[in-house]
Amino acid sequence: MKLKQLEGLLGDLQQFSNPKVELEQYPTGPHIASRMLFTAENSYGDITDKVVADFGCGCGTLSAAASLLDAACVIGFDIDPQSLETATLNAEELEVEIDFVQCDVTKLELEGQIVDTVVMNPPFGTRKKGADMEFLSAAMKVASQAVYSLHKTSTREHIKRAALRDFNAKSAEVICELRYDLPKLYKFHKRKEVDIAVDLWRFEPRQN
Amino acid sequence: MRLIMHNMLTCNIKGVINKSPLRIEAEKVIKKEVDFNPDFLRHMLAKIEWKALVDGARSMGYTELPVHAPGIESDEPFLRKFHHALLELNLEEGSLVCQESGRKFPVNKGVPNMLLHEKEV
Repeated sequence: MKLKQLEGLLGDLQQFSNPKVELEQYPTGPHIASRMLFTAENSYGDITDKVVADFGCGCGTLSAAASLLDAACVIGFDIDPQSLETATLNAEELEVEIDFVQCDVTKLELEGQIVDTVVMNPPFGTRKKGADMEFLSAAMKVASQAVYSLHKTSTREHIKRAALRDFNAKSAEVICELRYDLPKLYKFHKRKEVDIAVDLWRFEPRQN
Repeated sequence: MRLIMHNMLTCNIKGVINKSPLRIEAEKVIKKEVDFNPDFLRHMLAKIEWKALVDGARSMGYTELPVHAPGIESDEPFLRKFHHALLELNLEEGSLVCQESGRKFPVNKGVPNMLLHEKEV
C-alpha cells in the first residue's frame, strides 16, 4: 500500500464526537498516523505479520493503519467506552479485524511476550501530570520488539533519560520531528488551531 | 475478543497471585474467517500458553485442539486447528473470570472491560 493511499483511508475515519478533555482526547490526524506506521514498517519491519498493540487507541486511527499495513493481529486498548464504540465502527467500515480492550493502560499487566510492537499517541500529561511517562513505562513492559510513540519536542531530553535509565530501553531514538495540528476542539482553546512540535520516537526494550 | 488476546490478559486486582489465565464463560461466540498465515502461526506456537488456549477454545465450543502442542514438526492440519482457535473464534458476549478471586470481567460486543473498581487497585 502506498503512503498516499493509506493517508486517504485514514482520513475517512470517524473521530471523537464528544471528546473528553480530562483524557486529553485529540484525534491522531491521517498525516501523522500514516507516516508513523509507514516508517515503522518500511524502515524497521515492525508492523507486517506482527502483533501490534495500540495504547490509548481512542477512535482507532493507529490501529487501523497497522491493520491496513498487514499486521497479523492488532489490539486497541482504551479506557473510554464511547471511543471504543467509534473505533469498532471504524474497523467495520474499513473491513479490518481489530480486537479492543477497555482498561486503564497504566495499570495493565499482560502475560507473556505475544505483543511485538506497541504504537501510541499517548496523553501529553497536560491534564494528568506524568501521564505521558506512565504510558511509556507501560508500553516498554509489553512490547517485545519496539515502541513507537509521540511526545512533545520540549520533553525530548527528559524522555530519553527516563527511557534509558528507568524503562528498560536498549535504545531511544527520535525518528523525526512532526508538527501536530490541533484544531480548536475544546472551549478553552483560544486560537482556531495550534500546531505543536512533536517527536516520533522509536524505543527498543532490552530482552527479558 | 479472540483467544490470542485472552492468552495475555490477567487479573490485576491487588493481592491476587494466580492472575492468569482467566476462565471464559461464553454466552455468544461468532466465527470470523481470517487469512491463514503458517509462518506467523509457527512463530506464535512458542509464545502461546497452550493449556490456556485449549481451555479457552473448549469454553467457546471448539474441542479439536490436541491437549499438547506438537514438538518439532507442526503439520498443516494441526496449524489449521491452531489458526481457527487462536484467530477465528470471537467471544461477543460473556465474562472472563479470575480463577483466584472469582471476579468477573464482562465482555460486551466483543470488548472485555478490565477496569478495576477503586478498592481493587
